[in-house]
Amino acid sequence: MNQAPANRVDRFVAPAEREIWRILADVPDPEIPVLSVVELGIIRHVRLADDGRVTVGVSPTYTGCPATEVIARSIETRLEAEGYEHPKVESVLSPPWTSDWLTESGRAKLKEYGIAPPAHSVSHPKHLFREPKVACPRCSSMQTSKVSEFASTPCKALYRCASCLEPFEYFKCI
Amino acid sequence: MSASAATVLSASTDLRFRYAVHLGDTSLILAQRLGEWVGHAPALEEDLALANIALDLLGQARYLLSYAGEIEGKGRTEDDLAFLRDPSDFTNLALVEQPNVDFGHTIVRQFLIDAWQLELFECLQGSSEPRLAELAAKALKETRYHYRFSSGWMVRLGDGTEESHKRVQDGLDSLWKFTSEFFAPGAVDEEAAAAGLGPDPASLRAAWAANVEQVLTEATLKKPADVSYRWFGKRNQHSEHLSHLLAEMQFMQRTYPGVQW
Repeated sequence: MNQAPANRVDRFVAPAEREIWRILADVPDPEIPVLSVVELGIIRHVRLADDGRVTVGVSPTYTGCPATEVIARSIETRLEAEGYEHPKVESVLSPPWTSDWLTESGRAKLKEYGIAPPAHSVSHPKHLFREPKVACPRCSSMQTSKVSEFASTPCKALYRCASCLEPFEYFKCI
Repeated sequence: MSASAATVLSASTDLRFRYAVHLGDTSLILAQRLGEWVGHAPALEEDLALANIALDLLGQARYLLSYAGEIEGKGRTEDDLAFLRDPSDFTNLALVEQPNVDFGHTIVRQFLIDAWQLELFECLQGSSEPRLAELAAKALKETRYHYRFSSGWMVRLGDGTEESHKRVQDGLDSLWKFTSEFFAPGAVDEEAAAAGLGPDPASLRAAWAANVEQVLTEATLKKPADVSYRWFGKRNQHSEHLSHLLAEMQFMQRTYPGVQW
């Protein structure tokens, strides 16, 4: 179910729009800059009209995520710099973004960066009723415990590793 | 309902506007209250948690008030609706404007409203208005997370020390009377239900009560007796607290009209 947009790009996207996907793959998320907006899974569609106008559909991770507007601006600025005139970002709410939209490369980069990626899929029927087993992104130990449901951004929770004793952030399953 | 067939089939623009404002106001005012905790919560983690929940609620409010302004068609934006209306124009549930008092009260207020929003958003996904259904699906996921936080704290505090138990029980005793409004007929949400825009408020009660009672039992808290309610925020009848809250929230726009960040 978690089809990585990066793979879709080459197989299913028209060449002109493919170029726009490539540019977007280089636009970082402002709060987790190792991830591109494509890897975060928030780009829903790219449309190139006959008159050359670009529309990008972006789905917010959380309804109140303060980064949403920064992301929209950085996409527009970047596309303008690449020669697209008056690019437009539109908000797409349905279907809602979930952590399942993170791409495989996005998950690997999160771990590398020191943030534990989501431990399971939210489509699991019991996902809200069990505590996820989260591996420490530094030492891979499973001896970890949750410190807080919430952390520095809406999308993360705070954890602690009992093996290497380091605190770390966990990208929540939602 | 004695509504005519025409109103049942299509919700008027005016009704959609008022219903979105009612839902948006409830999220907005609670977000503002939770925001008051920033820098003051008992621990950094809880400070972050309350601020994060406030952000989600603010996101809901922005979406709902933008939508309301759009369908109203008079050029009002989310900011106009949030910052330039008087207390008597607000239709939030009276519970959410109640002061924070202490962490115990704040958790009780959050828990009671989270449990209500769980049922509300679950049902609102079936709204005849796609924009509301869309928001409900998004907000439901966030609300589940809020509920896990607030119900977890209810149990930790209720079944905690003598002092923590006393504080949440006090909070529960003073806030319980505001919950009957959630399910009371005679306001915009009942009209919205008749038009297929949202759930019948009374229909949310059974699931809400079952959830709440289960958590109260686990938290060793006593459910207060129901009182015949007096508060009716969704009919624009507010406690004095809303005026004070808005005075602070609207200060900048009222003092420097049109100011931008």
